Amino acid sequence: MRLRPGLVADYRADAAIFKSVTQRIWFGLLLVAAVFLGAGGTIGPIRISSDIMVLLSYAMFASIGALGLNIVTGMAGQVSLGHAFFLGLGAYTAAILGGVEQTRQAMDPATGQQVTEVVLRGYGLDMIIWLPLAGIIAALAGLIVAPVATRLRGLYLAFVTLGLVFLGEHIFREARTLTGGAGNGRPTAEHRLFGFRFDQDGEVFGIWMSKQQKLFFLGLILLLVMGLAAKNLFRSRVGRALAAIRDRDIAAEMMGIPLARYKLIAFTMSSFYAGIAGALFWAVVGRLTAEGFNFLLSIKYIAMILIGGVATVSGSIMGAFFIIFLPKVVEWLAGLPGLSHVISKDPAGMINTFQFEQILFGLFIVGFLILEPMGLYGIWIRVRNYWKGWPFSY
Amino acid sequence: MSFLQALINGIALAAVYSLLGMGFVIIYKSMQVLSFAQPALMLFGGWWVVYFATLVHLNFYVAVLIAIAIAAISGLFIERVFLRPMVGKPVFAVAIMTIGLDLAIRITAGNFYDVSPRSTGDPWGLSTFNLGGLIIGHRRVAAIVVSVVVLLALLAFFRFSRMGLAMRAAAFDQEVALIQGVSVAAVFAISWALASVLATLASLFINPDLGSLGPASYTLALKALPVVVIGGLDSIGGTVVAALMVGIAEALTGTYQMHLTPYIGQNFSQVVPYLVMFVVLLVRPYGLFGTREVERV
Repeated sequence: MRLRPGLVADYRADAAIFKSVTQRIWFGLLLVAAVFLGAGGTIGPIRISSDIMVLLSYAMFASIGALGLNIVTGMAGQVSLGHAFFLGLGAYTAAILGGVEQTRQAMDPATGQQVTEVVLRGYGLDMIIWLPLAGIIAALAGLIVAPVATRLRGLYLAFVTLGLVFLGEHIFREARTLTGGAGNGRPTAEHRLFGFRFDQDGEVFGIWMSKQQKLFFLGLILLLVMGLAAKNLFRSRVGRALAAIRDRDIAAEMMGIPLARYKLIAFTMSSFYAGIAGALFWAVVGRLTAEGFNFLLSIKYIAMILIGGVATVSGSIMGAFFIIFLPKVVEWLAGLPGLSHVISKDPAGMINTFQFEQILFGLFIVGFLILEPMGLYGIWIRVRNYWKGWPFSY
Repeated sequence: MSFLQALINGIALAAVYSLLGMGFVIIYKSMQVLSFAQPALMLFGGWWVVYFATLVHLNFYVAVLIAIAIAAISGLFIERVFLRPMVGKPVFAVAIMTIGLDLAIRITAGNFYDVSPRSTGDPWGLSTFNLGGLIIGHRRVAAIVVSVVVLLALLAFFRFSRMGLAMRAAAFDQEVALIQGVSVAAVFAISWALASVLATLASLFINPDLGSLGPASYTLALKALPVVVIGGLDSIGGTVVAALMVGIAEALTGTYQMHLTPYIGQNFSQVVPYLVMFVVLLVRPYGLFGTREVERV
């Protein structure tokens, strides 16, 4: 057994989270590397600039959202274009529960007295309350949408979820006291857990850390928990049922898998992940605008799981990192001497970096679907298999 | 009176929706793929009308003809380069790929325009005529006339021409059509060219009041998607009926909603198509006139 690490002899081994010792070692090394990078300067040798640190924590929060989409679209095969709506729901729930109330003095036209009018609602609650609730509220919305999804199949479901994005955008624009209204937006929740501030520099266990580093570790811990939970879901009874539904829903039904129940589970789980991701992500951004939760955001998440790898946990994470770091790469491209006059940072230029980035999203989706449907995960598997057999590649 | 006015505006809106919607249906029928790229193609085709009519100062109708030619060629190009390699892949993969295409084309085409919308340079301008107290814009009449003519022409094309027959055969069963000597590849190509041309025509009327076109017109064109879904993805007649339904519902909401239910917010009419789609799909999961899929294990 020790000499044949690829040999799977029983079901327990087949369903294991880590299929081999090597995998376990690599995972451990990766974690240690992440901790060293995150704590850089104080305990590790390499120090990463703070803007990269912020991008890293964005990428980890986005990975949680991508995991959510991968549960419903990758695992259960139900194409959802409505992920932006669930992300938005989480973000707004967090902002309302964790944000600060804004009031203004106004004259009551009826009585002529000064009254305090609430401009923006906010309850200033702790993260231990707003984070789970953001997930739960989004999950409830998923629960409401799921019965529609069980009635519809295929492309029709994609449209309904697309419609959800537009309805959501309308609500986010118009519910002024909750969301700040169109164009204005509102400030978001504070990252504050039992009085511990993630959004301020300070000492943690005697080690001085910048706020970016704190957010990085928050992201790392949550991603670890949520990622392992997703991995566990994928290998459980539920995961197998979802895979059966994805591969052929009618055949799955014939085998005694209740479609309605499992689609419900898939949508609820997925929206829960989305809610958590939305809450955390936009709390770091610091400002919420209704226009942010549009069709484009849904496409971005679709791109994440497609580029990363459908129905894999590591794929979702790779895809999210890829998409979050794409703007940085584009910025770097724009600085190159040959390209700098084509792609400009100035919005009035021929193609500005933002537009170029969106065109790249589109082309990456097209390219990966045509050339490598398994995404980065597929590329990784091929590279790994090549070196596994090296020098006997065939 | 405002009711009749809203009705007429709604019918003009329906004309635009059915032009865009027919493009979706033609592609769906030939390849069983729903192309999300239709709104982007509208921006792209519309740009050439703007370019030739207002920047090169050609006659508007000549500009439209040139734009149609360019749109047809680019439709052929897109099909050949991006869609052909995807034949036989899962429907979702292709649908998501058209989303990627849409994004790439939309941003590129939107970049041709400035930030502010541009006039298409059409001869109708702001002129209106008065019919028994109703004020009807010339562009609205043009929209209705063009879409009726195009619809009839398309139906005649499918009914009487050799290619139309081939397209119907391919829509019915691709493999059998292939065996009978129909060039399914040509059918795919023609349907993308047709869809692209229809989108270009729709671009002329997408803003029925001003006739202007800009990157923001995209969201208006995207409302043709719920229209197609309501009608049933594979029914041209259904699309027209659904377009009328949605167009009129949208215009009526636009007229009355702010007076009756101000608390649900401005621009509610813009999401009405999606609401109608929810309701219809809940009752009939394959749209009003769509054929129910027969599934075998």
